[in-house]
Amino acid sequence: MKRLSRDVAVIGIGQTRFGEHWDLSFREIGIQAGIKAIMDAGIDSSRIDALYIGNMSAGLFLDQEHIASIIAEEIGLTDRQIPTTRVEAADASGGLALKQAILSIASGLNDVVVVGGAEKMSDVTSDIAAGFIAAGADQSWEALFGATMPSLYAIMARRHMHEYGTTREQLAHVSVKNHRHGAMNPFAQYQKEIGIETVLKAGPVAEPLGLFDCAPMSDGAAALVVCDMETANEICDEPIRIIGTGQGSDTLSISNRPSLTELRSTKTASRKAYEMAGIGPSDIDVAEVHDSYSIGEILAIEDLGFFEKGDGGPATERGDTTLGGKIPINTSGGLKARGHPLGATGIAQVNEIVLQLRGKCDSRQVKDARIGLAQNVGGTGGTAVVHILEVI
Amino acid sequence: MDSGIVSYGVYVPRYRIYPRDIGKVWGQNGEAMGRSLNIIAKSVPAPDEDAATIAVMAARRALKRVKVDPGEIGAIFVGSESHPYAVKPTASIVAEAIHAAPYLTAADLEFACKAGTAGMQAALGLINSSNRNIPMDYAMAIGSDTSQGAPGNALEYSASAGGVAFLLGHTGVIAEIVLTMSFTTDTPDFWRREGMKYPSHGERFTGKPAYFKHIQSSAEQIMNRMGTEAKDYDYAVFHQPNGKFPVTIGKKLGFSMEQIKDGLMTPFIGNTYSASMMIGLANILDKAEPGDSILAVSYGSGAGSDGFHIQVTDEILEYDRSGSPLVEDEIKKEIPVDYATYLKYREKIKMEGE
Repeated sequence: MKRLSRDVAVIGIGQTRFGEHWDLSFREIGIQAGIKAIMDAGIDSSRIDALYIGNMSAGLFLDQEHIASIIAEEIGLTDRQIPTTRVEAADASGGLALKQAILSIASGLNDVVVVGGAEKMSDVTSDIAAGFIAAGADQSWEALFGATMPSLYAIMARRHMHEYGTTREQLAHVSVKNHRHGAMNPFAQYQKEIGIETVLKAGPVAEPLGLFDCAPMSDGAAALVVCDMETANEICDEPIRIIGTGQGSDTLSISNRPSLTELRSTKTASRKAYEMAGIGPSDIDVAEVHDSYSIGEILAIEDLGFFEKGDGGPATERGDTTLGGKIPINTSGGLKARGHPLGATGIAQVNEIVLQLRGKCDSRQVKDARIGLAQNVGGTGGTAVVHILEVI
Repeated sequence: MDSGIVSYGVYVPRYRIYPRDIGKVWGQNGEAMGRSLNIIAKSVPAPDEDAATIAVMAARRALKRVKVDPGEIGAIFVGSESHPYAVKPTASIVAEAIHAAPYLTAADLEFACKAGTAGMQAALGLINSSNRNIPMDYAMAIGSDTSQGAPGNALEYSASAGGVAFLLGHTGVIAEIVLTMSFTTDTPDFWRREGMKYPSHGERFTGKPAYFKHIQSSAEQIMNRMGTEAKDYDYAVFHQPNGKFPVTIGKKLGFSMEQIKDGLMTPFIGNTYSASMMIGLANILDKAEPGDSILAVSYGSGAGSDGFHIQVTDEILEYDRSGSPLVEDEIKKEIPVDYATYLKYREKIKMEGE
């Protein structure tokens, strides 16, 4: 069993509200999240050894690359020339940035690391943004022929319906549940409940997926302060330990996969994370999963082992994944209601899990949550990252 | 001497296309789209109509209602975002057509959907500064457009055609312009660059930081200066890119549906751009009585709002409204066209030799 050489904990979290921040620049949202996380950790910035940033596509959205340096500059971390690194794996960039931060601490190279995720999508119109999002799919074998991200997920949804009898209504229940949760999250883009009719009647994006099956385009940033366990115990009253981290990959093009109804990257990433943590799916009290499209959540809760393959739809319809259900999924509102600023999503998920484990989620608190999981997917699953966290 | 509106005329092309017929072509639920935009139909100009012919029709109709010698009109401003020529004024065409030429000044204006009201302010300025050295008994401001949305774009459901002419002066004033003030920022929510066929827009950015912010700021500016509240007005009319926005902003500013409804014309004919708020104002004047007060606020993308506090005078009792069609008449005379006819009329079908 693979283990980290040093235990790592989260000691600070921060995020902006997700949404259309027309009045804020990429820099400004990055600063807001970063400073909040540093303040939450209560550390002096002189103790920060490195910065990792998850960002999918500032180059396309903003004509700006080299963004790790910008964020470090804006947060005021360049006076000591600390290492700053941008990590990219489409919309798994945030989760992967966290993993790199963890590795750098476990290796002994760093003690305290700020890891953030940020994306500014509203500077371009949605049709242009849709093209940029498709850059997370295979340009040569998918996007070139007109496939968009929702159309690829629609193919997976159709196949799931065909093989397991998953219904249109079950897909819709994912969005209804996530909006119900999002209504309780002050950082969510959409803090409004919706009925199933709203989802079913919405215009098609790529059938069977309609407008309300798709996460929105969002601006937003989220950040964490992570450190080694020794430092965490020294400066933090309630560190949340990262007990498992796993990453998996798969072919970029879905056409090269043996199955369209599972994400092998998620299965592998979660297996590794469970092994490291020494636990199984039934030990998880609360999970944030990657519902960029409603079918994504159904695939996730099956591939993470919460439900049998094919039972994701019925389980959602039964209410097993809602607050108070068997395993509450996406208490933050998920990507659908919290919003989906690509590179920020993986970090925002961990923000929510930490809040849950701290018991600070107010009306959306999962009672006695001790172990939480976050699953972050890049594109259609070419990358998946899973983190498991536990209250000490 | 009180200055203001002496007469007005409206022209709306009679062809209409319905949201369901647009949606059918693009695989969209057009009826649902129409409901969400609060648009029942939009006007479509005939192939021989453009912003100039529409402006001329509106100007002629304004003159038919009063005994004003067109030669006494000292200025004509035509606001449009679809002037037929990039270089060559529409205003000079109107001036000739209504026999106001040659002793007058004329110019075209562009400020997205508020060029017409910018013209009203300019005309009013000339009227108010009129003296023996600068004689200016009457000035005309026109908003006229044959606006377009790219096929398949959301704008296609709303972008329509129509025109309104306001004759301003200080004798025979039927509605006094008591106060006009504006609110302008550089906010790029909607634009069309030189040579581009269709405009681009920033989707939802056209709402909150653009339309709503500017109209609200302009309306509040007027009401603060006048010391008025929403309840003090008999009517309120706002720019109407769709049928939903003006209702939303009206309610936010404290106006009731009763105050707003008579100015709401976009649901029946679509967004006539430079003429949009002005047609609403014209419909209010079609019904208004002496003493009625009106708050009118235009909006032009890019962005700015012109606010007007207007007071209807006793002169309206003598005014010959029936000299030209009322807005209601313009709305009623409709001939539905299907999408193919619409494409033909808007010259979107490639012909032999093109």
